[in-house]
Amino acid sequence: MSDISYHDRQAEGDARDFLALLKPRVMSLVVFTALTGLLVAPVPVHPFVAFTAILFIALGGGASGALNMWYDADIDRVMRRTANRPIPAGRISGGEALGFGLGLAGISCVMLALAANVFAGLFLAFTIFFYVVVYTMWLKRATPQNIVIGGAAGAFPPMIGWAVATGGVSLESLAMFAVIFLWTPPHFWALALFMRDDYSNAGVPMLTVTHGRRATRRHILAYTLILAPVAVGTAFTSIGGPLYLAVALGLNALFIRGAWRLWRRDEAVAEAEKYAAEKRFFYFSLLYLFGHFAALIAQKAVLNLGFGGW
Amino acid sequence: MAITQLHDIHRRRASRNLGLLAVLLGFVVLVFGLTVVKVEHGASMQAFDHQPRVSLLPKVEGQ
Repeated sequence: MSDISYHDRQAEGDARDFLALLKPRVMSLVVFTALTGLLVAPVPVHPFVAFTAILFIALGGGASGALNMWYDADIDRVMRRTANRPIPAGRISGGEALGFGLGLAGISCVMLALAANVFAGLFLAFTIFFYVVVYTMWLKRATPQNIVIGGAAGAFPPMIGWAVATGGVSLESLAMFAVIFLWTPPHFWALALFMRDDYSNAGVPMLTVTHGRRATRRHILAYTLILAPVAVGTAFTSIGGPLYLAVALGLNALFIRGAWRLWRRDEAVAEAEKYAAEKRFFYFSLLYLFGHFAALIAQKAVLNLGFGGW
Repeated sequence: MAITQLHDIHRRRASRNLGLLAVLLGFVVLVFGLTVVKVEHGASMQAFDHQPRVSLLPKVEGQ
């Protein structure tokens, strides 16, 4: 018997590599916002059904992550931040990732439709389609507004959570959508400001590359200013209340102050300080989104205890 | 012939197989739990089964 070289075949990853295809960090955001949408809805859901629904929404999100990594493997190979992902690193082949992603997408939509309702299942299917086809395949490489469009895909989960409970769409679920949708551009453009060369090397038309860093700072401020009234205005829908209003006012004041400072900053100063303010703004933006959705859940809990509503 | 030389690829395959085992067992538990919950809460359990079912037919006036 002779040892054949088949043993050295590159693309055979372990379970962790497949887990990495699901983008666990993005998934945690999906789980949290979808859970919020489900909890604040006026219709109670059985805890086990809620758990199953959130699980399959997360799995659907993971499936779009895997399909995104399959399609974007050529870009990921060039960017430092993503070069160690399973496909560019050669641990999983493109075809495996494609099959994995498509399989999970189908399972998650069907199971969500069976566990919750058909509308929620279709909504999840639409979200995956939107993220993979509209964003990843079509617009990401075509327009500097790619982040804005991609933000819509990330903003659907709370609406799906709401649909699991109610079977439909309403002003409140649209408000939650709008908060994430408008939050995404400042969040990612702040990242693009301090991840300097990566995107230009990969040829992705990031706003920092196509319109310059000055324009990006202006855009960050503009979106922050549009976001603030939407985030605060959500307090006056049926899911809002005094507690949420207080949190929203505080977080938005800080967010606008941060965006204002980024806008006033001189490029040379920013570079000399190694983008300290940009990084702070980026990390604060995570806290900002978490704070709003945590406040919505807290508001609902307070209402259930019988006080604190409008 | 038994494999005498273990290679890193065997560890990776074992990891994938165990992962799949966990996922499948989890799925069984999930579907079973979902069934219990749905039956207990009286969700609509019947569907078309090759012949009209009385309980699924629309109500007719006067019957």
